[in-house]
Amino acid sequence: MASTIHCDIVSAEAEIFSGEASMVIVPGEEGDLGIAPRHAPLLTRLRPGQVRVILPSGEEEFYFISGGMLEIQPHVVSVLSDTAQRAGDLDEAAALKAKEEAERAIADRSAGMEVAQAQAQLAQAMAQLAALERFRKQLKR
Amino acid sequence: MSGSKEIVGKIKSVQNTRKVTRALEMVSASKIRKAQDLMQASRPYARMMRQIIGHLAHANLESPHPFTVEREQVKRVGYVVIATDRGLCGGLNSNMFRRLLGEFKQWQDQGVELTTVIVGRKAAQFFRRLKVNISASTQDLGERPRLEDLIGSIKVVLDDYREERLDRLYVSYNQFVNTMTQQVAISQLLPLPASDEENLKQYWDYIYEPGADALLNDLLVRYIESTVYQATLENLASEHAARMVAMKSASDNASNLIDDLKLVYNKARQAAITQEISEIVGGAAAV
Repeated sequence: MASTIHCDIVSAEAEIFSGEASMVIVPGEEGDLGIAPRHAPLLTRLRPGQVRVILPSGEEEFYFISGGMLEIQPHVVSVLSDTAQRAGDLDEAAALKAKEEAERAIADRSAGMEVAQAQAQLAQAMAQLAALERFRKQLKR
Repeated sequence: MSGSKEIVGKIKSVQNTRKVTRALEMVSASKIRKAQDLMQASRPYARMMRQIIGHLAHANLESPHPFTVEREQVKRVGYVVIATDRGLCGGLNSNMFRRLLGEFKQWQDQGVELTTVIVGRKAAQFFRRLKVNISASTQDLGERPRLEDLIGSIKVVLDDYREERLDRLYVSYNQFVNTMTQQVAISQLLPLPASDEENLKQYWDYIYEPGADALLNDLLVRYIESTVYQATLENLASEHAARMVAMKSASDNASNLIDDLKLVYNKARQAAITQEISEIVGGAAAV
């Protein structure tokens, strides 16, 4: 019974599909791929597009992916889908935004503090908490 | 009956506080579930990615990818610090910050420069006061963090790493063990620790479209993103669990306080009654 191939479609945020298929058609970066059982092992990138899973019953299921990776082993196809649209400039914009936010975080930094100093303050707060705890226990008794 | 009114007021205020802490407790209890589901849902992706990378590591690459090579000298170290956006979650954040400060101190003593990437408002509040570089920051992830929100920050550090402005990268977060226990976890992201899964017996090589190097790069970037994302989800689950426990103990404390106050109130009332009676008796005797 090697007339089916196991197909997993996952993204970083959720498992999208998992089950047997008689054929899987994916938008590969260098052209669409139709994957039948016992396909040679292959690793490639995916373009944004539609993944078609043909179930053994003949029904078809469609999933839209915005790019990702594809791995084929003789009996398993794994589609690692991206959750977001990925493009160089989009990533760049996101990176810029993160940097700006960091600058904002630093901007209203009142006065720099040494690590040692912060450590001392934290230790102090911890000691206070411990003391409170002890005090509370005494009260109970 | 001089103090009794004050005591009644105090009891009321503690009761109100207890209402709030109870509500927070219940809200967190339901959110833990959702956070755990999210954690579960994102696992298959990371697992598959790890498998493929493990496999690729055995393939003959023209040159090892910079992300997998250990650098001889460590001059600059980066930390991705994942904390919560909101407070009232017990010692969750401060425990982590304490651990981090310990590590920062060690690095600084060795003359190593530090850079941080912070996720979560509490981390921003804390590191703002420190003399540590912040190269990127992400806040307000909400109940359903999305990978998209993290991509920018991760790209900043990966670029830094590639251009040798960082020699090592760690991620620190609270690991969700169970509802009662959360553990501070600081693990190395880059260079990728060598995998010990060596199932060479099932060795075959892929057909690569395009070249193996380009694919490996894409895979590694996504792998790191998913690791950080997973850490964020763990931290979220930990946050809710810690908040639930903290709020539960706050509610319990409030109940104890109310009991004590009630006792004091009753005593005061009884004392007033006794005093009145003795005054009446005294008055009657005088007549």
